[in-house]
Amino acid sequence: MAKRVSASNVTAYYGGFKAIENINLTVEPKTVTALIGPSGCGKSTFLRSINRMHEVLPGARVEGSLTIDDQDIYHRDVDVTAVRRTIGMVFQRPNPFPTMSIFENVVAGLKLNGVRKKSILEDAAEKALRAANLWGEVKDRLGKPGAGLSGGQQQRLCIARTIAVEPQVVLMDEPCSALDPISTLAIEDLMFQLKDKFTIIIVTHNMQQAARVSDRTAFFSIEKTGDPGRLIEYDNTQKIFSNPSVKKTEDYITGRFG
Amino acid sequence: MGETPHRSADAGTGGTRVTQSHEWPAGASARVAEAPVTTRSPGGTGLGGGGALPRSRKFGAERAFRGLTLAAGTAVLVIIAAIAIFLVAKAVPALRANTENFWSYEGWSPNDTQPKFGIGALAFGTVLSSALALLIAVPVALGIALYLSHYAPRRLGTALGFLVDLLAAVPSVVFGLWGRDVFSSPVRDFSVWLNQHFGWIPLFGGDGPFGASVMLGALVLAIMVLPIITSLSREVFLQTPTANEEAALALGATRWEMLRTAVLPYGRPGIIAAMMLGLGRALGETIALALTLGITFGISFNLIQNGGNTIAANIANAFGEANETGRGALIASGLVLFTITLIVNITARAIIYRRREFTESAA
Repeated sequence: MAKRVSASNVTAYYGGFKAIENINLTVEPKTVTALIGPSGCGKSTFLRSINRMHEVLPGARVEGSLTIDDQDIYHRDVDVTAVRRTIGMVFQRPNPFPTMSIFENVVAGLKLNGVRKKSILEDAAEKALRAANLWGEVKDRLGKPGAGLSGGQQQRLCIARTIAVEPQVVLMDEPCSALDPISTLAIEDLMFQLKDKFTIIIVTHNMQQAARVSDRTAFFSIEKTGDPGRLIEYDNTQKIFSNPSVKKTEDYITGRFG
Repeated sequence: MGETPHRSADAGTGGTRVTQSHEWPAGASARVAEAPVTTRSPGGTGLGGGGALPRSRKFGAERAFRGLTLAAGTAVLVIIAAIAIFLVAKAVPALRANTENFWSYEGWSPNDTQPKFGIGALAFGTVLSSALALLIAVPVALGIALYLSHYAPRRLGTALGFLVDLLAAVPSVVFGLWGRDVFSSPVRDFSVWLNQHFGWIPLFGGDGPFGASVMLGALVLAIMVLPIITSLSREVFLQTPTANEEAALALGATRWEMLRTAVLPYGRPGIIAAMMLGLGRALGETIALALTLGITFGISFNLIQNGGNTIAANIANAFGEANETGRGALIASGLVLFTITLIVNITARAIIYRRREFTESAA
């Protein structure tokens, strides 16, 4: 259920602007990897390159190679929708479909894949909502609008929607930055449970969060505004936060820079 | 940090001024208290600092503006009431003088000594031509709007959108003349073809002549309402939150599936509103239909034979030679048109209201 993600020499552009340059890193299956770094260092861009969401923006493109279990996701013959089904994504702000009920939101991905049978959808919805620790709170109001939930519940709904299609890898782009501390805790707990089944890559600005939830941490940085973001250091989380080998990483995690 | 003492010193001066200003008449206090301070530099008293809180003003721009908006709001009600009273007062005597049933009689001769007129055929023609126009225009308009908002390159989309808006600026009499003099001949040929091959369907039956038909009128109407529906739906589609579009794409949706999952449902109330505005224009359209329709008084579903009429077109055609009763009869028909439009609008509201739980939270 979980796959290895490896990037080699990944460079991404927005039109003429080079946002990240020569990123090389490998994420092991069933681990949580945190991407940290100052604003504008390209960590979100890198994350969006992994499920080919980067190229959705006009003029954006990616060079280099990204593979999941040795399959090149940027290969000419690869169906981009299949890549995105395999590599799910949770966004910074909760984005449930406003016109859909809680139930419809959870099964939206399945319906897109042609699953129509009610019983299958119901089972999948319950399974995903249970996995997202949301079932108990919403089981009596599955027909209500998903946008009527609290921010934290909405984000867990979005996680449920993502994992309902049973992806191999789950990308999270600052999933807690719009949430209060209690909801944040709920989502961090959830990540611990989810890594039994998925490879998780999370972008976060919150270094305590990176230290709490991740096994490995990648530190991105830029020289100055306008320069492309680079991977500075990638190591076990414990090592990064206790004894980083690069001075710049140490400056960042101790708050002297960024 | 260095600024803190500065600020507190300033607060002190503010404090002394509070006691002073009590002696000034309320209302003027703020301005007068500030008068000794000549500069508005960061060190001086800013707009929000110092001085006693002035009493709220009894008369000021706030109140005046409130009065103005209230007057404007009331004016709407007064105008509507005045129009309604005028229409009813004019219509009732004519309806009394009518020697035939107003609802079922198929004909319009209210100027005779024995006035005979009925609304049935006109109301039917109005609804038929408008519904047909909408049926043709809506799919095309939605297609154009989706293309402009989500498929076309941004620059092309903007340019084409501008062209579509231009189409809305063409006066209806121009559409009418074009429909009568240019468009009618291809429509006639097409009608003959339909009649030959599909004559067994009552819609396309009859022996002719063809051309100045409900189909011609509806096609011209469709072209006229197309820009309204296109322009509004495009606007609504563009407003779809990017977050929702990305959510759909990230779930593995193709472009069309993304439109179906995120954009179309989100735009639904807007699409309905756009359709209703289009229908409103179609129902009330006067001169283009007066020029293109065959002007007959009969209820028929035949789309291609010369014929068809609508309430508004009939008013345009008959008003010139109408006497007192004739004008009353036309006004009565106007009231019926008004009622039809009202029902259409209420229905649209009801459709939007039924899903309010979902659309409100979307906002």
